[in-house]
Amino acid sequence: MKFETVVGLEVHVELKTNTKIFCGCSTEFGAPPNTHTCPICLGHPGVLPVLNKQAVEFGMKASMALNCQIAEITKFDRKNYFYPDSPKAYQISQFDKPIGEHGWIDIEVNGEKKRIGITRIHLEEDAGKLTHSEYGDYSLVDFNRVGTPLIEIVSEPDIRTPEEAYAYLEKLKAILEYTEVSDCKMEEGSLRCDANISLRPVGQEEFGTKAEIKNLNSFAHVRSGLAHEEIRQAQVLRAGGEIQQETRRWDDVRKETILMRVKEGSEDYRYFPDPDLVDYHIDEAWKERVRATIPELPDARQARYISELGLSSYDAGVLTQVKAIADFFEQGLTHGAPAKLLANWLMGEVNAYLKTADKEINDLPLTPEALAKMIGLIEKGTISSKIAKDVFKELIENGGDPETIVKEKGLVQISDEGEIRTMIIGILDQNQPSIDDFKAGKEKAIGFLVGQVMKASRGKANPQLVNQILLEEIKTR
Amino acid sequence: MSLIEQSVSAIHKQLREKEITVSDLVAASYKRIAEVDDKVKAFLTLDEENARNYAKQLDEALVGKTEKGILYGLPIGIKDNIVTKGLRTTCASKLLGNFEPVHDATVMGKIRASEAVMIGKLNMDEFAMGSSTENSGFFRTRNPWNIDHVPGGSSGGSAAAVAAGEVLFSLGSDTGGSIRQPASYCGVVGLKPTYGRVSRFGLVAFASSLDQIGPITRSVEDNAYLMQVIAGYDKMDSTSANVEVPDYLASLTCDVQGLKIAVPKEYLAEGVNEDVKNQVLAALKVLEGLGATWEEVSLPHSKYAVATYYLLASSEASANLARFDGVRYGVRSDNGANLIEMYKESRSTGFGDEVKRRIMLGTFALSSGYYDAYYKKAQQVRTLIKKDFDDVLEKYDVIIGPTAPTTAFKIGEKTKDPLTMYANDILTIPVNLAGVPAISVPCGLSNGLPVGLQIIGKHFDESTVYRVAHAFEQVTEHHKAKPQL
Amino acid sequence: MARITKEQVKHVAHLARLSFSEEEMELLTEQLDAIIGFAEQLNELNTDGIEPTTHVLDVKNVLREDVVKESLANEVALKNAPDQQDGQVKVPSILE
Repeated sequence: MKFETVVGLEVHVELKTNTKIFCGCSTEFGAPPNTHTCPICLGHPGVLPVLNKQAVEFGMKASMALNCQIAEITKFDRKNYFYPDSPKAYQISQFDKPIGEHGWIDIEVNGEKKRIGITRIHLEEDAGKLTHSEYGDYSLVDFNRVGTPLIEIVSEPDIRTPEEAYAYLEKLKAILEYTEVSDCKMEEGSLRCDANISLRPVGQEEFGTKAEIKNLNSFAHVRSGLAHEEIRQAQVLRAGGEIQQETRRWDDVRKETILMRVKEGSEDYRYFPDPDLVDYHIDEAWKERVRATIPELPDARQARYISELGLSSYDAGVLTQVKAIADFFEQGLTHGAPAKLLANWLMGEVNAYLKTADKEINDLPLTPEALAKMIGLIEKGTISSKIAKDVFKELIENGGDPETIVKEKGLVQISDEGEIRTMIIGILDQNQPSIDDFKAGKEKAIGFLVGQVMKASRGKANPQLVNQILLEEIKTR
Repeated sequence: MSLIEQSVSAIHKQLREKEITVSDLVAASYKRIAEVDDKVKAFLTLDEENARNYAKQLDEALVGKTEKGILYGLPIGIKDNIVTKGLRTTCASKLLGNFEPVHDATVMGKIRASEAVMIGKLNMDEFAMGSSTENSGFFRTRNPWNIDHVPGGSSGGSAAAVAAGEVLFSLGSDTGGSIRQPASYCGVVGLKPTYGRVSRFGLVAFASSLDQIGPITRSVEDNAYLMQVIAGYDKMDSTSANVEVPDYLASLTCDVQGLKIAVPKEYLAEGVNEDVKNQVLAALKVLEGLGATWEEVSLPHSKYAVATYYLLASSEASANLARFDGVRYGVRSDNGANLIEMYKESRSTGFGDEVKRRIMLGTFALSSGYYDAYYKKAQQVRTLIKKDFDDVLEKYDVIIGPTAPTTAFKIGEKTKDPLTMYANDILTIPVNLAGVPAISVPCGLSNGLPVGLQIIGKHFDESTVYRVAHAFEQVTEHHKAKPQL
Repeated sequence: MARITKEQVKHVAHLARLSFSEEEMELLTEQLDAIIGFAEQLNELNTDGIEPTTHVLDVKNVLREDVVKESLANEVALKNAPDQQDGQVKVPSILE
């Protein structure tokens, strides 16, 4: 039997506000345990929440960027459950009136475009952080993260393959980064993803029983987890078994999903409107104010790079994925770099460096102006591509001005015919066997001679001129 | 007469004329407590050292100081569900027996700024759930008029301490009658302000949509003094109303000429004690004599108020009290082998029966499959009850009736059947559901126990409520009666 | 007919993280049944189309600016904690 995979994703994103959603404590990551708390986020007796305006506006902004309709009236509800990381034993969340609904994201997988629906986006407060002791006999709670504003983005079950899930997440992250509502750092937990997956026989309308996968710490894990779960569920079904409604976790060492618990009915969270908070009415004027803060989004930028700069769809897609890189690219253009060359440098050398060094482009001493100038020096023939690599290394590690670096290090390309010819005559005088080899038809010998010239010029000789003059001089012998 | 059995204005006059000092007042308060609190049992915690030091500080600062706080030097007691920084706040629950707040309630900040002297924390029904202060996790408070009777509740300690002359005044909280009913039972004046008038920040929540802090005093004028200090918008409370606070003392004009009073027939119906009914009718006669008129009206949904209230208040409470889980504060049971057992043991041994009963009721009413039938239904009925009040208060200035159907009942009389106890709040609960302000003032005695007159006003119109209560008080002697202890 | 069964009461007790002895459970079931029975008088009222009231006052859009306020020092935050270790609140094993 052939199965179709059905995936829905729930993504939690921490909003980049200065303060928590219901109190004035800082949301800064990495502070010593329990130093960013107050009676309100600790759920002390008698405290009351007051909603952070910035959190609401970030929620609106994200919802708009993800094509959601913004609620005219939104409100907050209490989601009741006991856990040590939840100080009030209820989470303030949104139940029946989320801030955004009915959105979508367009993705592209293997050149095929597809629209993935977004059911809803709601605001809520984050929980604290639990650390379990080695033998599981006790746990420690740090409440710093409690009350950090989150949006939960729930997709429609429109995703059909692990690759689509991956593409959805990449695009979602790109959009959220563009809107600057979140850092979207999975390693710091500011973006977290749970995946629901079920299988159904091809052609069947009704959904199969789904499993939820947790502990997905990277987009790659989401893809692997879903790919593994797809196979597991198919095996169970083909063997005539039934899928249980259960929660599984991805184990990246064993490369498989592992059963955490079977769900018995749905959890009873006893949602009800939080009487400590009021209703929030969002009018057109407010929406417009927020809408005006949304920058050009990745899809629009990609389209513009294709139509205006003549980049390929792929290149434009890669460049626009991270806003900081696209911004860098555009600034490079204003300093006169040709689009295609600049794009190649960014996608090639720059990107490789970022990956190895585990850095963000804005952390680099390299400026768009410097990169553009360096490309200009190559274009003019002032430096060779080979020399350029040294210049680039200097720029990306220490910054500076490419022209100064070239001058100070004496890296200017030698394009003086006379100077090169003198050098070549000297080399030829010492390498008669190679000349003989070449004349005997061993084409490779020319390579050796070019190498000798480049070595003598310490790489600075213009390679084209070297080739040309070398052939001329050999002919004369 | 003890120093602190006088009015705010009389005491302030003596302070101004240097006949007495703040230290004298504070000493008188602790002396009285030492004399009678063994019988009354109003206080859970005394803050004597701090209070005496603060009194001394105020006395020393008085030299050359012209600007004084509005409650300068006056001894006040605070219900133990209002958090006080550094001073044990228990909500009369064993679970919070060791809890020391790290911040002050907004009203406490205001009380401190007014330069009143905080004497101690007052007993109550655990987490304000009850009508007799018999549900305190520590001990029962007794009615100063007859110590075999309850003082009412849940602010029983707050009302009894004022009636017994232990403090000049106190703060209570009122979710379904918890200020007015004990005020009525103890023969003092208690106001439940309009919902949103006084900040709830730092009031340990029972039912967030109903709770209000309010003053308990011996006279209407003193009540207005205290109210002036605690009322007002607070940006820490999202449900606090940004409405201007009038000068309450200025409203005490004694003029009720042409005032239109509504008397709901449901408030003088079966179940209301004959004596109580007669005292209320006599009070109406007094007001008529002052130029007011009254007519019988109907608040048709009154009979549904108790059921509505118990569903809504218990539902909210089930969530509000979930934070008492033994994790961050409070008494944690050592008997739990794992987390879930720790939760259950701490909560089951820490909470009393009534609290557990209401948490159970509220959890049930919110649970999957029952929400619409109970919680949502009750919210809809609340809309109808509120509309009853809106309709009547559109045509009348105030609504008047008894505060409670009877005078203070005997200790132990109603503890067996929760429903009988709940029914006792039938005349106060609708007011909380509608969010309007109401005061209870003494209007006579029945078998030696005080009867309270309830005056209900329009949203944010505490001024008219005060004006009527004050006019009545000025021409009667009921508030001057004092219990013999 | 009972409106609430002992089984339901047990389930609700678990949701509320309360435990009761069998005897207490019997009494509680009886009392809750009576209270719920009393509450069912609300069914006499037709509430079709009536808006539920969460707040009696028409207050809306209460928001605060995103400005950092001072937090509590670690030892103040943990002052009331029944058990602590390394500046964190310590709780028993979460395993059942």
